[in-house]
Amino acid sequence: MDKFTTHQYDVVIIGAGGAGLRAAIEASAQGAKTAIICKSLLGKAHTVMAEGGVAASLGNVDDRDNWQTHFRDTMKGGKYLNQWRMAELHAQESPDRVNELEEWGAVFDRTKKGKILQRNFGGHTYPRLAHVGDRTGLELLRTLQDRGVHAGIDVFMEYTVRKILKEDGTVSGCVAYQRETGQFSVFNAKAVVIATGGTGRCWEVTSNSWEYTADGHALAMWAGADLMDMEFVQFHPTGMMWPPSVKGTLITEGVRGEGGILKNSEGKRFMFDNVPDMFMGDYAETEEEANGWVKAVVAGKIPKERRPPELLTRDVVARAIRREVLAGRGAPHGGVYLDIATRRPAEEIKKKLPSMYHQFKQLADVDITKEPMEVGPTCHYTMGGVKVDPETQESTIPGLFACGEVAAGLHGANRLGGNSLSDLLVFGKRAGEHASKFAAGRSDFPRVNENDVNDLLKESLKPFNESDGENPYAISEDLQKMMQLNVGIVRTESELQFALEEIKKLRVRAATTKVGGNVQFNPGWHLALDLNNMLDISEVVAKAALLRQESRGAHTREDYPNSEDDWGDVNLVVNGRGESVEVEKKPLAKPPAELQELLNK
Amino acid sequence: MEQDVKLQIFRGDKEGGEMVDYQVPRIPGMVVLDAVHSVQEKQAPDLGVRWNCKAGKCGSCSAEVNGKPKLLCMERMDKYPEDATMSIRPMKTFPVIKDLVCDVSWNYKVNEKIIPFTPKKGERKFYQYEADRVQEFRKCIECFLCQNVCHVLREHELTDAFSGPRFLVRSAGLEMHPLDVADRSEQIVKDQGIGLCNITKCCTEVCPESIAITDNAIIPLKERAVDRYYDPVRLLFRKLFGKKAAKQEA
Repeated sequence: MDKFTTHQYDVVIIGAGGAGLRAAIEASAQGAKTAIICKSLLGKAHTVMAEGGVAASLGNVDDRDNWQTHFRDTMKGGKYLNQWRMAELHAQESPDRVNELEEWGAVFDRTKKGKILQRNFGGHTYPRLAHVGDRTGLELLRTLQDRGVHAGIDVFMEYTVRKILKEDGTVSGCVAYQRETGQFSVFNAKAVVIATGGTGRCWEVTSNSWEYTADGHALAMWAGADLMDMEFVQFHPTGMMWPPSVKGTLITEGVRGEGGILKNSEGKRFMFDNVPDMFMGDYAETEEEANGWVKAVVAGKIPKERRPPELLTRDVVARAIRREVLAGRGAPHGGVYLDIATRRPAEEIKKKLPSMYHQFKQLADVDITKEPMEVGPTCHYTMGGVKVDPETQESTIPGLFACGEVAAGLHGANRLGGNSLSDLLVFGKRAGEHASKFAAGRSDFPRVNENDVNDLLKESLKPFNESDGENPYAISEDLQKMMQLNVGIVRTESELQFALEEIKKLRVRAATTKVGGNVQFNPGWHLALDLNNMLDISEVVAKAALLRQESRGAHTREDYPNSEDDWGDVNLVVNGRGESVEVEKKPLAKPPAELQELLNK
Repeated sequence: MEQDVKLQIFRGDKEGGEMVDYQVPRIPGMVVLDAVHSVQEKQAPDLGVRWNCKAGKCGSCSAEVNGKPKLLCMERMDKYPEDATMSIRPMKTFPVIKDLVCDVSWNYKVNEKIIPFTPKKGERKFYQYEADRVQEFRKCIECFLCQNVCHVLREHELTDAFSGPRFLVRSAGLEMHPLDVADRSEQIVKDQGIGLCNITKCCTEVCPESIAITDNAIIPLKERAVDRYYDPVRLLFRKLFGKKAAKQEA
């Protein structure tokens, strides 16, 4: 019997969230024989957790909006470390991608005139997020799924990819195991798209699901592709804090977009005191002005007032919350208060934020129409990822593409809410299109080196042969706690050095994990394998964070608290090709004059 | 001192299995999935369970707690008496793969057959009251708990003749979509077997998204089917001018 089965496809897509599905639909539409490989069942990807909306300058609610403003907001939110061309393409193309979703059956909330309704969100100058209550991600994913099942795409559900295969420096496919049976398959492909999402499971308090074990980041790095901006990890300001069971679960920014306010234990709205210089003058300076803005927005009018400071970018709000808690002005479980109850009538809250209402009622015994929520920062999004060409999403390896959260460049040092759903639509489509073009340019299927596959099989089954190794869950828990303490929201040189030492020790422990049972649907074994990705990528994040001796966006160094000009035009690029991981400074591409002018406004 | 949580979890595969006893520490506010994870972390790393979002949004962790279909991530432990032993089994209607994981692939096959969204040409304007009607159906997280409790599938095993509540909800979402012009009435009657539903509302009771499956999806679809599919005039019209014309005329 063969030790593995082999499949052949023009384009193989790893991941079935929004980016992977959009890429697959496009590749298939271009005529490529396309397969999707995903870790969970189809339709369960983390995209369902996206709540607030998808950012696109449709101008349905405020017609002053346009792609230029969206571009500027995205660059400003990213502290100008974004790849300008990606930010430009994203701002220009997201309206088409959102309209296309509606043509495919998505049912967004409506304006009074029957158009797609848009809501306000942090860092966006105008109401820009097309949404469906607070379950926009589910709508987007289901629409793509329903479109995808009729597009002739083969879906391999509950498969985990362990390796990207190469031949003569170009992609030749990947190797995956089926979670149900533990059997390995080779996917021989002319082009591969990585769309695996983020790395949030490397931290203890996270809004991310078990799938977010840095798979795509590690697969790309192991294959020799460059990663970039890995020091930038977004801590969303509002995760649930209590009970322990739900600590870290996301509370949508939509709560603040709908008028919710942040208060400390003294009842003070502390965000007024936390407006950074670069945003000075853009936000309301008094409660009266902020309330006027909410009133106008709720009435469907264009506000004359400036927006409330609760809608500052996520990095700013998360740090402000941390400061309040450290100053002893926190709520009982280490967070602060988010209040929508006193701001909007109960019926409106239930209508605009139904799943938040449900989530708190059922899991925390809190009625958000009557009392405030307790919230605190939770690891949410990885800005860094595979370094890609802005037009094609191709990595530094020919035939290997990346899109969505796993790709770097669009968000720079900090992502704006709503820009991830538009990211995965815009660049998912581009990745699918260019992967299929790349595949069409190859006449024959590339050769697969069977030795590579056999080596991987042997290595992967090792945890079953260990007699006195450790439980992988214990190692994973220790890694998460260590990363939370030392590579978290605020960092220092000594803690980062300590983290790198700890990762070395954890790696020794992980080399001899022991799992019981057999290869059939065995989560312990799956985690033992995932630990390799998590450890390698944790190291990358710590190394990049150590090197960037300044504070910018989501990366805050207590020992280097300011943003420095000489760090403002370099990205950190990671290369794991050699014996050890190297992080290097690379100059940032400068936008052309007409775009620079937009940024100077 | 709070008592440990006492659990019995099904361990086995398609060949069979048994209920195995576990005890895990009780933590404030814990849900059943936390207890299962605790067993996995400390006692049985190979315990099979599906989960993703842990916030009732993805519909992965469906199982039967004390015989009742539940999402494990939304089921609070403090609803149950502290001294009682809780039983956790996989969904009964679908074949077991391992432990709490079952084979739900049949659902994906049924879904593929549904006539896809077919938009009308031209402007895509519609209003919130029109959106409201289908947004309820589009809340579905595909946990398949409704499929699990439906008598037609659970007791009578009529998977060839009946698509189950989930896919009647999906069809309702398409049929009532303000922009859709396809006519699925023949499919709903013949392939989805809507006539087999005898409106016991078990599906509605277990829906974690509180979709009024029977009242808002199935009953209106039954009425449409009677209207459109069995109406002799429309039957003739459909024969003469095709399905699309028949729907537009309706």
